[in-house]
Amino acid sequence: MGKEVVKVENVSMKFNLMENKVDNLKEYVIKLIKNELRYQEFWALKDISFTVNKGDRLGILGLNGAGKSTLLKIIAGVLKATEGKVTVKGKIAPLLELGAGFDPQYTGAENIYLYGAVLGYPKDFIREKYDEIVEFSELGEFIHVPVKNYSSGMKARLGFAIATIVEPDILILDEVLSVGDAKFRKKSEKRIMDMFDKGATVLFVSHTIEQVMAICNRAIILDNGSLVACGPAEEVCKIYEEKFIERESGVMKPRKEKDGKAKKKKKKKTVNVEISDEIGIDPEKKISKDNDKKSDEVYIIAENKSDVLSEFMTENASENTENKSEGIAETVPNSISDNITNNISDNN
Amino acid sequence: MSSAIKNFNKYKYLLMELTKKNIKLKYRRSYLGILWTLLEPILTTIVLTIVFINFRGKSDHTFPIYILTGRLLYSFFSHATKQAMKSIRSNSGMIKKVYVPKYIYPLSNILSSYVIFAISLLVLLGAMFIFKVYPTKYILYSFIPLTLIFILSLGFGMILATLAVFFRDMEYLWDVTLMLIMYTAAIFYDAAKIKDQWVFYCNPIYHIIVNFRNCIYGHPIDMLALKISMAYSFAALIIGIILFYRKQDKFILYI
Repeated sequence: MGKEVVKVENVSMKFNLMENKVDNLKEYVIKLIKNELRYQEFWALKDISFTVNKGDRLGILGLNGAGKSTLLKIIAGVLKATEGKVTVKGKIAPLLELGAGFDPQYTGAENIYLYGAVLGYPKDFIREKYDEIVEFSELGEFIHVPVKNYSSGMKARLGFAIATIVEPDILILDEVLSVGDAKFRKKSEKRIMDMFDKGATVLFVSHTIEQVMAICNRAIILDNGSLVACGPAEEVCKIYEEKFIERESGVMKPRKEKDGKAKKKKKKKTVNVEISDEIGIDPEKKISKDNDKKSDEVYIIAENKSDVLSEFMTENASENTENKSEGIAETVPNSISDNITNNISDNN
Repeated sequence: MSSAIKNFNKYKYLLMELTKKNIKLKYRRSYLGILWTLLEPILTTIVLTIVFINFRGKSDHTFPIYILTGRLLYSFFSHATKQAMKSIRSNSGMIKKVYVPKYIYPLSNILSSYVIFAISLLVLLGAMFIFKVYPTKYILYSFIPLTLIFILSLGFGMILATLAVFFRDMEYLWDVTLMLIMYTAAIFYDAAKIKDQWVFYCNPIYHIIVNFRNCIYGHPIDMLALKISMAYSFAALIIGIILFYRKQDKFILYI
């Protein structure tokens, strides 16, 4: 206790959102000559500093697009901060997106070695733990089938089994506590709890305050890329509840959770997601700006938000008929919207 | 520097795994599998011999060896650089989610191409006995051109990988450039017969091929060719490393 394992000092992250993406030479040269190469600067994180001590379980709260995932990616070393410094001591197990390092043509067994290597485990270690991984993932005979034929649940189970086979010093959880079916979820929760008991330091992103309260002893709130609050979990959760949840009340409140679920399901299945995330940043930002200005006009804001959301849904829709109906569903009673979201996830 | 070595040691196993993966997946689902490594150069050499033997005038019974030496080096260079160029984009899923030193991706592609190339050298060995070009002590020097072509490919691979992230056009441009390199590398004609000798000085792989042929045919290493090929190889590697390291943090924003 007391030893700093993660130290984040004045970290800022800038993205250049190009107005239209230029990735071929012709366009680049033409735009360069015409002097049309404009970047829109976007600071996903602004001057964030905090430290995490050994054994701390830090919850990271914030609305969509607040910069939570960016922050975790910087800590995990995937992204490099534009400014500032991050020091991490110890072995990190990033449970950011499970199975991201899989090769679809490889069988499950081959992928265990590959993904293990990606996470930096030594060969002997993986060989030793191979049986345990297969057993935990409950794949049985399917382990010798190419991963491209797996269901998303199978993929996530295997990914989880591999990623958690180490005893990490620092565990990064980005809403992965809901992997697979109920049975597997229980098992995976147990494994994570075991890691907690062994004194792992945890960075945990969640939208549900209950989860953060249950798991974390400290928490921070990110809003629009800035650190708003930092302190003991209960106090921070209270602030979050007061300041952020109520802002979103009204039409949005019951919708919000379902939205999140539907999006998450898409994330696993379609390629579109990558794009939707990028575009997602912008509307979100606008909204929060609006929020700052007119924080008392809650209902209008909520309407704004749903407009933007539905627009962004249809923009990214692969079969937009279904998604259009979701846009309408914003104002439709819960039971119906429920059905529609179910339909959508089935279709995807 | 020491931390870079430590980091490399940590990911050495990943490098091996990725190299293995590239080789394994290349021939998966083909009936002849790894045999294609041998068949492909044999078949292309037969084709090239039949086509170009007429242009050559007087018959030369070692002509297939002449073609094979050039062809093998060129096809390694072309395959390796193309693979390395695409490596960042084809591994984008991994790059976005997990931290891995990024040079591992082009390097593993160069390595896997090199292993396949090494296997295909068996064809050359077989052909040497068939066409009675018996090895002399000079064949021991062949490690020099073989090392240089690796360094050259790695250098070009890193340069191209970096450029291809920012400009997709690079992939098409490089295809055309490779064709140019092939035709100006004296793979299937005699360089001495060409008037414009400067063409060969512009070609990064020509001098490596010259020295490789010298080793195979039992001639000493050509010192001028060695100097030029070393200059090309190390220049490419140094530029490649500098460019790659300067730009690698930005890759993730473009893939």
